[in-house]
This record gives sequence, structure tokens and C-alpha cells, in this order.
Amino acid sequence: MSNVLHRRPGLRLGLLLTPPMLWLGVAYLGALGALFITSLWGQNAFTGEVERTWTLDNFRTLLDVDVYRVITLRTLAIALTVTVVDAVVAIPIALFMAKVASSRLKGILLVAVLTPLWASYLVKAYAWRGMLSENGLVSWLARPFGLDTPGYGVVATTLTLAYLWMPYMILPIFASLERLPDSLLEASADLGARSVETLRRVVLPVMFPGLVAGSIFTFSLTLGDYITVRIVGGASQMLGNVVYDNVGAANNLPFAAAMATVPVVIILVYLALVRRTGALENL
Amino acid sequence: MKRTTTRARLARVAATAAVALAIAGCGTSSGGGDSGGSGDEGSGTGEAAGFTPPDIPMAQKLGAGEGEVDILAWPGYAEDGSNDPNYDWVTPFEKETGCQANVKYFATSDEAVNLMKTGEYDVVSASGDASLRMVASGDVAPVNTDLIPNYADLYDYLKDRDWNSVNGQMYGVPHGYGANLLMWRTDVVKPAPTSWSVVFDGASEYAGKVTAYDSPIYIADAALYLMKTQPDLGIKNPYALDQDQLAAAVDLLKKQRENVGEYWSDYLKEVQAFTTGDTVVGTTWQVIANVAEGEKVPVDVTLPEEGATGWSDTWMVAAEAKHPNCAYMWMNHIVSPEANAAVAEYFGEAPANPKACDIAAKGHCETFHAGDEEYASQIHYWTTPIPQCIDGRTDVTCTDYGDWTQAWTEVKG
Repeated sequence: MSNVLHRRPGLRLGLLLTPPMLWLGVAYLGALGALFITSLWGQNAFTGEVERTWTLDNFRTLLDVDVYRVITLRTLAIALTVTVVDAVVAIPIALFMAKVASSRLKGILLVAVLTPLWASYLVKAYAWRGMLSENGLVSWLARPFGLDTPGYGVVATTLTLAYLWMPYMILPIFASLERLPDSLLEASADLGARSVETLRRVVLPVMFPGLVAGSIFTFSLTLGDYITVRIVGGASQMLGNVVYDNVGAANNLPFAAAMATVPVVIILVYLALVRRTGALENL
Repeated sequence: MKRTTTRARLARVAATAAVALAIAGCGTSSGGGDSGGSGDEGSGTGEAAGFTPPDIPMAQKLGAGEGEVDILAWPGYAEDGSNDPNYDWVTPFEKETGCQANVKYFATSDEAVNLMKTGEYDVVSASGDASLRMVASGDVAPVNTDLIPNYADLYDYLKDRDWNSVNGQMYGVPHGYGANLLMWRTDVVKPAPTSWSVVFDGASEYAGKVTAYDSPIYIADAALYLMKTQPDLGIKNPYALDQDQLAAAVDLLKKQRENVGEYWSDYLKEVQAFTTGDTVVGTTWQVIANVAEGEKVPVDVTLPEEGATGWSDTWMVAAEAKHPNCAYMWMNHIVSPEANAAVAEYFGEAPANPKACDIAAKGHCETFHAGDEEYASQIHYWTTPIPQCIDGRTDVTCTDYGDWTQAWTEVKG
């Protein structure tokens, strides 16, 4: 057996790659294809049975009814805000971890960043629900400054999601900065660059692929989220909720599928934009 | 160079996707555009339900139990004592029949309809907004009430109603009924409200702290309020709304939306919101008020003067039940005086079996007006809206549940 495999490298490679390729092709792309097909079907309004007749009605509803545009824009805005907030918070942390902290402290910080990932997503979201509630921790902390909890809504959702996805932003940036040799920073200083200029012309270009990778995580994870917004989002809804409601409540799978193509398209556009920056090649 | 390889890769991806599409496409019949819903099929018969159900055979005699039964129920309808040791009617059933009960709870009627389609459940407790949909889609079978000894004891006014029977054939066993109530925090909302206006026209007083049930069926609550406050809209039945009436209800709900803190469907989430004070007034079930009061939250409930929407639940048996005998035994057990009394007390509703009133806590049946046909007729039980207006109008087409679902998404915005 091992002889056969040894003599025929093609067969070896084939056996090795077939399972993951099948996984990618059938389970992933196949599911996406099925999703798109389903979105072109109709539904019996009363029994909820899927009717397998071709129709573009679902996409027409999607475009004609204002509320779906509003929800799409809201989701997009939340995803972008979460990404920006995460980037702003993550860059200094990652920079400190990679370039300033001693190796002992670096280890501790790395564990600290990773630890929240061990706790359940739901536990963290419900913890925020408690903190953001009336007379919760947030309102108690904000009161001395004459502020109050933002209450459940879009702000609370953005805050919670930014917290949830933070490690996914910190880690890629940290990894990219780890590759930056100290000598480059010293050379930059020797050539008379101030720290801001070093940051802009030396650190940022090295960090950029990591930043892009992190933003793909935070952006796409936010785009598909529907649980956090149900827990702390008050009455507001995101794209995921419309999909969920149409699968769970209305049992309108075709329309849910049509709605689900929206984030897919947005992500494809985002990836296309990212690819143009060339950052994907340096990951 | 890099560019071309990427493009080649993309081409391959596209080819794979095309294959996937072709495979998936095999399952599609690309017939004419007309879908002819089952709502239209029976329009000639003049039946209130407006459709002819698929022909599903009814059980004729019962055999021995199969050893287990898969139950799909509203929370609190199949308690085995794990939540509260005082409430356990599943264990006696298992001992008596030898059928191991596997219970799954659902949160909304829509979820129940969906789960029944999986074919993994034998019996389901269906409210009126789910029962007919399951009958029409052939997911449940007619019920042979002769095989259920306790059926004879049940209140007559619960039998042969348009949410549990079609053309005189029963599709389930009536279980109990109740009203969607108005709950408020007694320390915040003063004076005690007596009208739904506190969550509609007067909602701005509690802006951001009003709640509502997160389901398209809640549109009926708004319609009921309009039925009493704006008689010129001509709403006769909150489940039979034409385009204009639905638009009026949606307008009212959109105004309410500005003051809604959050919508609830998970009943524990509502308890929590009332506990923290994030929600101070809104629609509820008696069981939620009971849980909140158990946690010492200062809340009170009332049935407002406009009347209320409510539920009248029916146990139905799946068309392809794997354990039909145990399913029938369960349906008989759940309306037995002991079990029916326990459920009614635990969930907070009127039992369907008058004999349960002798066993239930003193005053329970009075509180929930069990046996009071007059009171029962004031509750507008959840019913699935269909194109044939169920209030008897024939000159207009009513909005169906699909329209309501879309309207509900628009309300939430």
C-alpha cells in the first residue's frame, strides 16, 4: 500500500486533497449554490410550503420595499463602525504587545486577549445585556459624568459586537507587527524620522495586511450576526434577523435565501476592494 | 502573472458553482408562474376555513404503546417536575403508559409549524394561528375522538371550532385557552391601566419602556384596539383585515414602535426586562406574570376593557407519527382532570375539562373564567389570516399571513 503511494505521487496528492476539496466544493460552494437556487423559488403563503416555480419576486420585494434597504444600510453601518472601533482600539494594543512589552508580559497579554474566546458568545452577550440595562454597570459608571446607559439599541449592539470580535482584530495585527524587525525602527530614527513619521511610513505598511485580515473578520462576522442584536439590540433588526425571521417565523425559505445573498454580495465587493490594495498577497 | 492565475482560479470556482447550480436545479419543476395556493382551492365551498385539507387517514383503533413519544409543546405544557417539583404530569403518564416522553418546547406558533415539517414529532400543542396551517399542509392527521375517552368530558364550546376542525372533522383535542394580558410595573405605571391605550396612543408616556410580542400575529392586537377606538374602519374581526385596515394597524404599530424598548418572544427575556425595569408595560401571558411575581417583581396584569387576543390550544397528531398509539395516549392523558388541572394552573389558563376545576387550586377556574362561555367568546383567539375574509365579507380580499409577516418586518424597521 505504502509502496503504491510512494511510487505514484499523483495518487498520493489526490487522496490527500480530495476530502478537503469535497468539503469545500460540496458543503460550502454547493450550499451557496443551493441558497441561490432557493431564492428563485416561491412560497405558498398559507401552508408555508416551498413552491418550486421560477420567480424573481423575492428579489423584487427586496428592492421595492424600503425597509429592507434601511436594514441593509443599518447593518452595513454597524459592520463598518465595529471594524473602525476595533481597529482604533486594537492597533495600540497590538503595537504595545509586539514592540514594547517584555516577552513575559507579551505572553500574559496574549493569554488575556485569547481568554475571552474561551467563554461562550452567549454568556458575553448576556453579560453586556446586564451591564447596559437600566441601573446596570454602564449607567452606574456613566452617572458621575452626567451620562446614562445608551439603552438597548444600535449603539449597544455596536459596542457589544466590537467587544466580541476584538481578539480577531488584535491577533492578525499583532502577528504582522511581530515580523517587523526592531532594526527598521532604529534605522528610521537614525535617518531623522519622528515617531509619527516612523509610524506612518514604516509601521503602517508592515501592519496593513494584518489590519486588512482583521477587518475581514470583524466586518463579515458583524454582517452575519443576529444573536447579539436580539439580546442587546432592543427593537432594531439586522440582515441576519430578517433571514432568521423568514426561516423561523414566516417559514419563507425562498425569501430568506434572497435576503441572505445580500451579505454575500457585500462581502464579495469588500474582498474585491481589499484585493485591489494588494494586502491579500502579503497575508 | 499573478493576475492570470487568480483569474483561472476564479473561473474554476465559477465552474464548480455552475455544477452545483445544475445539481440543485434538478429538483426544480419550472412550471407556469401561477402558484395557486391551497387557500384558493376551496374558495368555491364557502367554508369558513376556505380550503379542502389533504386526505390523511385517521386512526381507527389503537394498539399497544410504542415505548416512546416525541412531544412538541408550548413552554410549560409538558412539565416533568424538573422546573418545579410540584408540577409533574409527564412522569405519571410515563408510568401509566410505558411511553417515554421526549419533550421539545417552542417559542412561537411559526416555530411550531416549522418544526412539525421535520416529521420528528408525534404530537403538538397548536394554537389557532398554527393549527389550520398544519392541517392545510398535511402535517397533521384528523383525530378520531372516539379513541380518546376523556374527550367526552370537555366543554362543548371548545369542540368543532374553526381553529381545530375542518368541515366538521376534528383535527385535535382542545386543551385550554387564555387571553394575552396587559402587564405593568406597579411602581412605575400609575394609575393602573385599564385600556390597551397605554401601549398605543398613550405609549409616549413610557417611551423606550414599552414591549410587545415579537410575532406578526401581534398585528391583531393593534387591529383589536382599532376595532374599538376607530369603528369607522369597519374591523369586525382582528384576523380579517383588508388592505386599508392592515395599513391602519401598521400605522398604529409604527407609532408604537417609537416607544418600544424591545420586542419579546422568549418569555424569560420578558421576565428579565421587567425585573431590571428596562420594560415597564406591555403585553404578556399569565405564566410570565406568575414567574415575575415569584421573583418579587412588582407587576400586575389585567384584561383591558377592549378585550384581548388570546389562544385556544389544540393537541394534534402528526400525519406521519412514528408513535401514534403513544401520541393518542398522551392526548388522552393531557386532558384528564389531573393533568389538565396541573397544566392550567402552571401555565395560567382555563382548562378544557370541567372536571379539572374540582382538582385545580381553589378559585383557579373562577380567575380564568373556565366554563364561562360568554367570557370565552370575548377573547379573539389567534387564527391564521387567510385571503378569504373570516368575518364573512366576500366583496374584498383579506390580507394573508405572508402579508402580515412582511408588514411586521416593516413595523420593526
